[in-house]
Amino acid sequence: MHPKHLRYTKDHEWLHVEEGRATVGITDFAQHELGDIVYVELPSAGRRFAAGEVIGTIESVKAVSEIYAPVAGEVLEVNQALGEEPQKVNQDPHGEGWICRVRLEDPGEVGGLMDASAYESLLGK
Amino acid sequence: MARRTPLYSVHVAAGARMVEFAGWEMPVQYAGVIEEHLAVRQAAGIFDVSHMGEISVRGRDALSLLQQLTSNDVARLGPGRVQYSALTTPAGAFVDDVLVYRIDEGDYLVVVNAANADKDVAWVVEHARDLDVAVEDVSARWAQIALQGPRAQEILRPVVAGRIEDLRSYAFLKAEVEGVPSIVSRTGYTGEDGFEIYCPAESAEAIWISLRREGESRGMKNAGLGARDTLRLEARMALYGNDIDETTTVLEADLGAIVKLEKGDFLGRDVLKRQQEEGTDRRLVGFHVPGRPVARHGHPILRDGIRVATVTSGSFAPFLKQNVGLAYLPRGMWEPGSSFAVEIRGRQEPAVVVPTPFYKRQR
Repeated sequence: MHPKHLRYTKDHEWLHVEEGRATVGITDFAQHELGDIVYVELPSAGRRFAAGEVIGTIESVKAVSEIYAPVAGEVLEVNQALGEEPQKVNQDPHGEGWICRVRLEDPGEVGGLMDASAYESLLGK
Repeated sequence: MARRTPLYSVHVAAGARMVEFAGWEMPVQYAGVIEEHLAVRQAAGIFDVSHMGEISVRGRDALSLLQQLTSNDVARLGPGRVQYSALTTPAGAFVDDVLVYRIDEGDYLVVVNAANADKDVAWVVEHARDLDVAVEDVSARWAQIALQGPRAQEILRPVVAGRIEDLRSYAFLKAEVEGVPSIVSRTGYTGEDGFEIYCPAESAEAIWISLRREGESRGMKNAGLGARDTLRLEARMALYGNDIDETTTVLEADLGAIVKLEKGDFLGRDVLKRQQEEGTDRRLVGFHVPGRPVARHGHPILRDGIRVATVTSGSFAPFLKQNVGLAYLPRGMWEPGSSFAVEIRGRQEPAVVVPTPFYKRQR
């Protein structure tokens, strides 16, 4: 359910790190909790942010949820496809439903995030 | 501790997500709000609405009591007919919005919102003093199942011993459902054709299972409170606590169709008569937000940067695939085409007044 190659936050974001950069999204658990997603407010490319800062908002039919930056960094690219097809976050949260790619301020911060088994024990699975 | 309907374990077994609503543990969704919503528009959906309250009003003075407490004309309610109405405050606002069933001569059933049930019973009892009428909260006795959608009739037909195909809209019959004496009413809260079935609490599970069996091959889906809310909003039906309450009059809510001034005196008549003559200062109207962010209950409405109103209901509308909402707009702003802004997370989203209902079924 939650892939082993990703890192996770207690706020239900995931991070996929590759050479100082990372892709950010929300977890399968999070998309399931939200239900049918109808809008994703994406950050602007070039924006710098601190860990824990709100970088976006996800709206489902019934709920509104904020997206928190898992670590400090800068937005390199956002998933424009979500503009027309926000439901991709429901359909493929760890893949095509990614939110943004970021440059990591301090790659060492990633070590403070959870691995898949720690995240799933947080969820009580 | 939230109360559970007789169908609680059925919902859990079906994988429903349960939430607390008006003191009840209710299914908010099963497969997903959009899928359930579309099933009701295109085939059928089955809802547990057993949280709704039922008040029995019987006796020689039952009619005059209900005439005094409601805005619609109960004298015009024929046998076997149902009437949408308002329990009014002395200021012409809503104690609750209700359905009144004329079960028999001097025998009425008033169906009320779950959140208001205790308040409503107390209200009716208080006004029944010195009258020849018995007021009884019979909510616990009844379960209620709503079966809604274009295929509702063919799904319900095999399990009812009665001619439901002859039932007009807002009519009901007393009939056996799976052999159990029940009330089958051609009413609903979705904007579709459909039925609401009142059955004894202990029979609810058997009836639900029978309807599931009949509906399975006909595209029927379990539907939760989430879809119920989006469906009623598309059909522009008011939700008590969001769109109407004890501060909004029946005419401000644009429900003039249930205000019958000519029937004689009733609570709030003076205020409503004056509003009818002079017009109201605000009106509940529908609007459309062309942008993607969703206007929701509580969001401010601005005109030229000044707050003039608040969104009472707002949602993505799954069938229309648009963001729509309701709000009390001031005179001069409520005509279709009038534009304003909804403030969503600090940003102003353009919106425009549109005619309602947003969705109207093809007959």
